[in-house]
Amino acid sequence: MAELKILTPPIATRGQSVFALCFLGFALILFLLLPYQTTMVEDTTWHKQPGFWPMVSIIGMVVFGVLHFWRLPRRKLEKIDYKEALLWIRGVEFVLWFMIYVSLVPIVGYLPSTLIFVLPLIYRQGYRKPFHFYCGALFVFSVVIFFKIILEVKIPGAALYEFFPAAIRNFLILNF
Amino acid sequence: MENILLGFDVLARWDVVLAILCGSIGGVIIGAIPGVGPAVAIAILLPATFSMEPIVGLTLLLGIYGSSMYGGAIPAILINTPGTPVNALTTYEGFPMTTRGEARRALSLAYAASFFGGIFSVICLILMAPILAKVAPLFGSREIFLAALLGLVLVIIAHRGKILAAGMLACFGLFLNTVGLEPVKYSSRYTFDQSWLANGIDLIVVVLGLFAISQAYFLMSGDDVKIRVNKVRGNLLQGFRELSRHPVVAGISGCFGVVMGIIPGVGEFTAQFMSYTTAERISKRPKAFGHGSSEGLIASEAANNAVPGAAMIPLLALGIPGEALTAMMLSVFYVHNVIPGPGLFLYQLDFVTALYLALLILNVVVVIFLMFATNFLVQLVRIPNRYLGVCILTLGFVGVYSLRNNPSDCAMAAVFGLLGYILRRLKLPIIPIILGMVLGGIMEVKFRSSMSRVKEPLDFIDRPIAAMIFAVIIIVLLVHFLRVMREWEPRKERKWTYRKSSSKFGRLLFNRRKHMLDDRGKVLRNLQLMSPARKKED
Repeated sequence: MAELKILTPPIATRGQSVFALCFLGFALILFLLLPYQTTMVEDTTWHKQPGFWPMVSIIGMVVFGVLHFWRLPRRKLEKIDYKEALLWIRGVEFVLWFMIYVSLVPIVGYLPSTLIFVLPLIYRQGYRKPFHFYCGALFVFSVVIFFKIILEVKIPGAALYEFFPAAIRNFLILNF
Repeated sequence: MENILLGFDVLARWDVVLAILCGSIGGVIIGAIPGVGPAVAIAILLPATFSMEPIVGLTLLLGIYGSSMYGGAIPAILINTPGTPVNALTTYEGFPMTTRGEARRALSLAYAASFFGGIFSVICLILMAPILAKVAPLFGSREIFLAALLGLVLVIIAHRGKILAAGMLACFGLFLNTVGLEPVKYSSRYTFDQSWLANGIDLIVVVLGLFAISQAYFLMSGDDVKIRVNKVRGNLLQGFRELSRHPVVAGISGCFGVVMGIIPGVGEFTAQFMSYTTAERISKRPKAFGHGSSEGLIASEAANNAVPGAAMIPLLALGIPGEALTAMMLSVFYVHNVIPGPGLFLYQLDFVTALYLALLILNVVVVIFLMFATNFLVQLVRIPNRYLGVCILTLGFVGVYSLRNNPSDCAMAAVFGLLGYILRRLKLPIIPIILGMVLGGIMEVKFRSSMSRVKEPLDFIDRPIAAMIFAVIIIVLLVHFLRVMREWEPRKERKWTYRKSSSKFGRLLFNRRKHMLDDRGKVLRNLQLMSPARKKED
């Protein structure tokens, strides 16, 4: 049985009831919104109704959500659960970092914004040696070269490039 | 034979060859870095493959998928940390061998077993292709709907100990698929009058959020671990010689890998577990298992590597992905308007054969690469976790933004990343959401088209294959419920044995009061009242 445990690790206890309650609340809200967010089409059989599959999925969410909450090893909220929820909220910091990066790309360009994003984030993660920053810069250049120049992924040019002469602007838009 | 030659003809292009090389070598490198894994890499590269031809994009992704487990065995054996989640069982046998000073033997054995598993599955598939070509056209809308339903049921049941959570998350995946404009009546579903939700929630955005971005958050919020690794010296080919001494274990493990790979929703974990336990049962030295047994290592690695090839069967023959990675590959087909399913085997068998041959070639490429690059790959495990998190987040951006250059996609991916981060912390499964989304789309379309020909409920299963799949669903559910009941009884018994009454204080007082008021309590109370001291007074 030890092998089975290593393949399917047991669920963590802390924060489990907070998540189950939040999920259940979300599912119930969706269920209540069902008549308002889907339309009933007249002269159409039940399986062709636009709201049929949302209804099936939401009912499944509610039923499994209730059962999951009921079968939890500990349903009562304790201090450790709130601490865990606080850790989740701290994860929002990375969401903000990511969104700042996203908003910078159309303004300053892919390469500069990636540098602006990666190097401070490396610092924020606690790395202070110049080696880490050199590696970070190297990583940024290699990512931009690989994706933008070799794979030619679609990332538009920046507003900042408009200030450059035409030849340089074209080069920057195409490559960085 | 003709098909094989046609398959080689499809592959004989410089871009396909480059894709095989990049995919296989890249996959090994990704697998060797604990914390990245093939799902993250495939999610990031997925939008980039949309601009490639289907065969090029698919061989690249297949290369990563098929070779990552080779790389994952390296940290599993040397530092007791699986490179990919499916290498977890390899640590059981590989690391004890390393502590005994047999790292080279363990690594070479893992490579040989992986190679055997990979080649075995491809040979099985090439032999099965003509049968599949005959069976696949028998699948109509009803059969595909039922097969998708079976896949969903199996995905939920496969998460032992977390079945209810897996069910809840699979239904959430089903719901995500319904958001947006309904494709037939064009009425909006859960768009909240937001134009950016009208097109629905893109699978790639969800995949990138749940796999790549969440992994980045998870690594960045964790701690770095100091690791010491030693160089591996000597010839790594000796494992092939040792593997030839255990043909039964290797063969059984390969078979388990192929069978479990074909069944949607089951995958590597079950294949690995079943082959490992079978190898333990048939071994002459079962006590060596868990202490560096070569047979255990062969069983684990051969079963793992036999799955990727087999997992392509339900995808190619029916258009039903059995796991998250093949679900991602399905989107490559859709982008290029190549519809996987019965038609693919009928009209594009050369394409299917080319994919199998690509799998065969990549196994050879990987083994040659590993013979020379193992020592370099060993050093990759020294990249700090949080640093790796920054890199993954940066790469995650390219994946999401290059899709439609839409900031709302990025915001959505960031939010799904947060959800994935929470699920990772709670050790809840992510895969049911992805499969719920993919299978939900297939089920909705196929259910609608099949119901138009059904007058009575039993008409749905009046065809032999539909009836067979329906029977399998019923059997799977029955077996599961019987097992739940069997496990329920001892649990109840244990509860009665150890906890005669509630340990809660309020309940304790209530029980005592109740007990004092019942007939037996009254007798006892009277006896107490009639204590020797009182008797004397009387």
